[in-house]
Amino acid sequence: MFPPLYRIECALPGSVDFYNTDELLNDEERLVRSTVGRFVDKRFIPIVAEHYERGTFPMEIVPELASLGLFGMHLQGYGAAGMSNVMYGLACQELERGDSGLRSFVSVQGSLCMFPINHYGSQEQKERWLPPMARGEVIGCFGLTEPEFGSNPAGMATRARRDGNDWILNGTKRWITNGNLAHLALVWARTDDGIRGFLVEKGTKGFEAREIHNKLSMRASVTSELILDDCRVPASSELPGARGLKGPLSCLNEARFGIVWGSLGAAIACYQSALEYARERVQFDRPIAGYQLTQEKLVGMITEITKGQLLALQLGRLKDRGKASATQISMAKMNNARQALQIARDARSILGANGISLEYPVMRHMANLETVLTYEGTNEVHMLAIGEEITGLSAFK
Amino acid sequence: MNVLVCVKQIPDPNAPGKIDPQSKRLVREGVDLVLDPGDEHAVEAGLQIVEQAGGEVTVLSMGPPKALDAIRKALSMGGARGIHVQDPGLENSDALSTARVIGAVAAGASYDLIICGTESTDGSTGAVPAMVAELLGLPLLSFARKLTAEGKTAQIHRQTDEGYDIVEAPLPAVVTVTGGINEARYPSLRGIMQSKNKEVKALSLKDLGLEGKAGKGALTQEVLTIAPAEARKAGEVVEDKGDGARRIADFLAGAKVI
Ligand SMILES: Cc1cc2nc3c(=O)[nH]c(=O)nc-3n(C[C@H](O)[C@H](O)[C@H](O)COP(=O)(O)OP(=O)(O)OC[C@H]3O[C@@H](n4cnc5c(N)ncnc54)[C@H](O)[C@@H]3O)c2cc1C
Repeated sequence: MFPPLYRIECALPGSVDFYNTDELLNDEERLVRSTVGRFVDKRFIPIVAEHYERGTFPMEIVPELASLGLFGMHLQGYGAAGMSNVMYGLACQELERGDSGLRSFVSVQGSLCMFPINHYGSQEQKERWLPPMARGEVIGCFGLTEPEFGSNPAGMATRARRDGNDWILNGTKRWITNGNLAHLALVWARTDDGIRGFLVEKGTKGFEAREIHNKLSMRASVTSELILDDCRVPASSELPGARGLKGPLSCLNEARFGIVWGSLGAAIACYQSALEYARERVQFDRPIAGYQLTQEKLVGMITEITKGQLLALQLGRLKDRGKASATQISMAKMNNARQALQIARDARSILGANGISLEYPVMRHMANLETVLTYEGTNEVHMLAIGEEITGLSAFK
Repeated sequence: MNVLVCVKQIPDPNAPGKIDPQSKRLVREGVDLVLDPGDEHAVEAGLQIVEQAGGEVTVLSMGPPKALDAIRKALSMGGARGIHVQDPGLENSDALSTARVIGAVAAGASYDLIICGTESTDGSTGAVPAMVAELLGLPLLSFARKLTAEGKTAQIHRQTDEGYDIVEAPLPAVVTVTGGINEARYPSLRGIMQSKNKEVKALSLKDLGLEGKAGKGALTQEVLTIAPAEARKAGEVVEDKGDGARRIADFLAGAKVI
């Protein structure tokens, strides 16, 4: 017998499309989605459960992520792929269909590190850092959150003091994705002149990253604490264009946009898993998909996914025209993260006992989505931002 | 070394295919259309040749307007330019018409290699490459599980039942590749962005001087009936009563497997 002539690829993603939203995408956009999706199916999904269990990120796929062009994919020049926002979103959807930790890794590198260097950095900083970051040779992390300041970063305690030509940094950042994997940390600190960003290289004296253990969410992602103890960095490490909280918040806008799509990816994975399981699992002599209570869950899932797809796509089109406001991004992040979490919980219940196992993706996604609901602006913070916009009254303080 | 790679867009082979009883062909509407996975290996083989020897890969597809997606996919893997033969007269073409189209495109340029998949994953006739070789008067190196091209010669390892034969032919030549020849690369996102700016030339039957010679009016084959494949018969269950191993060995010997 001949060996099989061709290997058959895994099912293409994007088949969860109740409203034919695929029609609203162009050829390149669909190709980006299927390219990233195929990579995730073949290279990432087979290994994610083991990494999740061990609490590690699969660093061995970083060169492949880079050669695909995923790092800084929506930036122009310096070796970046130069994609549109909608393409960036679709790529995030596929990455997070794999795991929120994978999307986080790529988001932090591209939106939270390469974006600010590209946007606020000096020519020298861009040339030095962006090409190796696009190649995945330099990994970055983004340090804004502190033990005492999460939703309210304006209060941050980390300080930068001028000393001759140098800056001296003191403070602690906590919950920093990729902290221990990073060669370069973008640390936000208060100066006499307001909040500024500093590029701190791994190995700088007075800088230390400590991994946070015992996480029950985002286990296939490394999260760390950064300790800055009289850490001296040269003046050239300051991002010259970033002044005030606007700097870090503009980065978060980019990354949140990725979450809008990414959370859809996690939701799609949960829905597909639950639908397949419900059709096959027989109890009381019938597939459980045939019971009304199960159907209510499944219909709720596909309905919310469909709404989320339309929200994400219109937001992406607005962003590609430079017209997406921060509160529009807030609304989509709030909605899609919240709905994805609900979908994951419902999917988990449909899978019964199997739902709690790493053999199936649902509880892994569910646990991850608890982080997604919280980071990059909690559900409540986005709600208050939209509330302020529509009423003209701030309810933050 | 200039390489022409012939590709086809087909309904996603992973989706359950449906056959239209009227046209007796796979339904292409409302399903995901993809670059034939077999052709991805042909594209990869072509790219590997030009990466070694220099030159360019041109990607050719005959198909409806949507087939442009398959060409773009091959261009985003690294092909340099595309040719899209598209003509209402080519709907429901047979293998010979397809071969005439490919032959006419190839005759108008000087390619050192024409690389195809062994057969399309949907139609599976596997006849087109040999017909192209015949029409162009070129040698056919089929079932390649390894391909090298140096100077004026191409060499392949031809997959056989027992192993492989080493076969050589002078260039230019037509080559068909099996899925075992390589691991097809992913298009990169950068490649996808660049593919938008690559030239894809659209050609009609008229442009190729093939009016009345290919497609409607020139068909030499017709699908008369279609029938589902016979369901596989239940196998023989060997219950082990101490002689299980012997009976299995006898069975395998009977089938000439051992
Ligand atoms: C896995 C993981 C990775 C992370 N990665 C990063 C990273 O890479 N970089 C980084 O800088 N940060 C990161 N974070 C931190 C994340 O952004 C913060 O956790 C988030 O901003 C919330 O801050 P907090 O945890 O201090 O919660 P808090 O701000 O203390 O909030 C606690 C609760 O109070 C609510 N609340 C707060 N203020 C109000 C108010 N005014 N009105 C009503 N409700 C309010 C919140 O909505 C929330 O429900 C990460 C977090 C996690 C879990």
